[in-house]
Amino acid sequence: MTTLFTILFDGVAYGMLLFVLACGLAVTLGLMNFVNLAHGAFAMTGGYICAVLVNNSGWPFFSALPLAFVTAALVGVALERTLYRHLYTRSHLDQVLFTIGLTFMSVAAVDYIMGSSRIFIKLPAALEGQFDFFGVGIGRYRLMIIVICGLLTVALQLILAKTRFGSRLRAAVDDPRAASGLGINVPQVFAFTFAFGCGLAGLGGALSAEILGLDPYFPLKFMIYFLIVVTVGGSSSITGPFLASLLLGIGDVAGKYYVPKMGPFVIYTIMIVILIWRPNGLFGRAAAR
Amino acid sequence: MSIRSQILLAAGSVAAMLALAPAYAQETVRIGLILPMTGGQASTGKQIDNAVKLYMQQNGDTVAGKKIEVILKDDAAVPDNTKRLAQELIVNDKVNFIAGFGVTPAALAAAPLATQAKVPEIVMAAGTSIITERSPYIVRTSFTLAQSCTIIGDWAAKNGIKKVATLTSDYAPGNDALNFFKQNFTAGGGEIVEEVKVPLQNPDFSPFLQRMKDSKPDAVFVFVPAGQGGSFMKQYAERGLDKAGIKVIGPGDVMDDDLLNGMGDAALGTVTAHLYSAAHPSAANKEFVAAYKKAFGQRPGFMAVGGYDGIRLIYEALKKTGGKTDGDALIAAMKGAKWESPRGPIMIDPETRDIVQNIYIRKVEKVDGELYNVEFATFEAVKDSGKTKK
Repeated sequence: MTTLFTILFDGVAYGMLLFVLACGLAVTLGLMNFVNLAHGAFAMTGGYICAVLVNNSGWPFFSALPLAFVTAALVGVALERTLYRHLYTRSHLDQVLFTIGLTFMSVAAVDYIMGSSRIFIKLPAALEGQFDFFGVGIGRYRLMIIVICGLLTVALQLILAKTRFGSRLRAAVDDPRAASGLGINVPQVFAFTFAFGCGLAGLGGALSAEILGLDPYFPLKFMIYFLIVVTVGGSSSITGPFLASLLLGIGDVAGKYYVPKMGPFVIYTIMIVILIWRPNGLFGRAAAR
Repeated sequence: MSIRSQILLAAGSVAAMLALAPAYAQETVRIGLILPMTGGQASTGKQIDNAVKLYMQQNGDTVAGKKIEVILKDDAAVPDNTKRLAQELIVNDKVNFIAGFGVTPAALAAAPLATQAKVPEIVMAAGTSIITERSPYIVRTSFTLAQSCTIIGDWAAKNGIKKVATLTSDYAPGNDALNFFKQNFTAGGGEIVEEVKVPLQNPDFSPFLQRMKDSKPDAVFVFVPAGQGGSFMKQYAERGLDKAGIKVIGPGDVMDDDLLNGMGDAALGTVTAHLYSAAHPSAANKEFVAAYKKAFGQRPGFMAVGGYDGIRLIYEALKKTGGKTDGDALIAAMKGAKWESPRGPIMIDPETRDIVQNIYIRKVEKVDGELYNVEFATFEAVKDSGKTKK
C-alpha cells in the first residue's frame, strides 16, 4: 500500500515537472497560435545557466533558479523581437521549419561551448535523499518540485483569469485587429507572453536537470513529451495541460513500475486513447480550428 | 647583385633542393579515422580523437620512413554515414587504414568494405563480440562487453552476492551485457530476482528503481549507455537503495572516468569490472594520464585508451612491415602483437584478431578529493568469451 503512494508521489512530481517544462509551449501554441518547436532550447538555456552558476561560480541553487528564469526570458524576448515576430502571420509549416532549425542550431552551439557530456547541478545537501512519511518514501527534491510547480500553476491561472494583463492577452489572441483597435498594444503583449513562456521553460530546465539529465540534445529528446502534454491537454487553457501532465506523469511512472515490459508505451497509449475520445485534447476548443 | 653571387645563390638553392629530395620521395600513409564527433556518442569520438593526437605528438608523425596522415570524419554514430565515409576514404583518399568506430552498427557497416579493399579496419570503441568475425581485416583494440560482464558475474557469485536484480537498457549491448552476466552468475549459484529492461530513451529511473528496492536483492546489476549512468546513480542514492544495503555492480562503462566526478558521492562503493581505470597503478598509466590531462584538461576514459592503443598498433604494424602498406602484410604483423598499454599488458589474439587483456574489479573511492575506480582484484589475460564458447 505504501508503495502505491510512493509511486503516486513520484508520478505527481514527474507530472509537475513536465507541466512547468511544457506550459510555456501551451501558451505560445495554444494562446498565440504559434508552433514553437524550439521551446526545449529555452529550457536547455535555463538548465545550463543554472549549472554554470552553481557548479562554476559557486552560487547557491535557490538563487540560481530565478536567474535561469530571467536569462531564458531575456533570450526569448531578444529572439522574439528579432526573429519570431516575422513569423506570426506565416503558415504553420514555415513556423515548424524555422523553429526546428533553431533547435538544431542550439544543440550544435551548446555542444560547442559546453561539451557533449551530461551535466549535473550540484544540489544543496538538504535536497538530497528521501524521508519517511508514514512508510511512504518522499524524495526531498521531488517534494520541492511539487511545491514550486504547484505555486507556479496557481499564480499562472490567476494571472490569466483575473488580471488586466490576462484579459488583454486573451483579447489579443481572440481578435488581434479588434484588440489593437481598442488600444491594446498587441505586439507588446505577445512579446511579453512569449518571454514569460520562455522563462518558465528555463526554470523547468533548471529544475529538471537532476531528474531528466542535461546535455546538448535536451531540446530534441524532450520535444515529444512537451508536444504530448499540449496535445493531450488541449490548448485553450492552462488547466488542460496541467491535468494532462499529471495524468501522463502518474501514468508513466505507474506503468513503468507495474508493467515494466510495456515500458514507454503506457504514455503513448494514454495519449492515443484520449485523442480518440477527445480529438482536441481534454480541454480543447471543440472544432474551433 | 653581381653575376657571381647569382650563380652562388642558384648553386645554393640546387643543393638545398637535393638535400630535401628524400623528403619529397617519402610517401604518406593515410589513416581514415571515422568517429562520432557529434550526436549522443560524441564523447567517445572526442576521447579517441584526443588520444590519437596525443600518441602522434609523443611519437612523431613518421614511421618506417613514411609520413602518417590522419583524416578525421564524423559519422555521428549513424551506420549509413559510416559506410559512405569509409567508401570515400578508401576510394578517393586512398587510405591505408580505416579506424575508430564508436558503435557496433558503425563497425559492422564498414566491414564489407574492409574485406573488399583489403584495408585493415581498427576498431577502437565498439564492443560486441561478432565484430571481428565479420571481416578478416578487422582488428580490435577496445574491449568486448562479454569480457567485463562474465567476470563481474563470476566475481559476484564468489563474493557473497546471492540475489541480484538487473536493470539494463533495452538495446543490443544492454541485452548482451545482461545475458553474459546472467550466464556466469547463475552458473556460480547466484539467483536473479528481478529483471527489468528500461527503454533506451528513459528520462526517469524512479519507477524502475522502486521496483529494484521492493525486490530486496543483495545487489543491482546495471548497464545503461554512458551519460545515463550518472542519472541512475543519483536516483539510486535518492531512493535510499544504498542505505538499504543494495550494492551496485556492473561492467565499468557506467563508471567511465570522464563521468565519474559528475555523479557525486552517490557513486561511492560501486563495484565494476573493466579494462581501464585512470587510477591504474602503473608507470605507463601515470605518464599517460598526466600527458592527457596536460593536453586536454581532463582525465582519459577507457575509450581514450582504446584509441591510444589503436594508433600504437598501426605504428607497430608499419614498423614490422618496413612501411609496406599491403593489407594482408599489415594484418599478419598485427596478429599476436603484445605490449604494455596504460591499462596493463595486452595482446592481439592471433586467431580472432580481438584484444586479450586484464579485467580489473574496481570500487569507486575518493582519492585526493576526486572519485576514482580503485582496482582491487585482477583477472589476467581475459579473452572474449563470446567467441571461445563457439
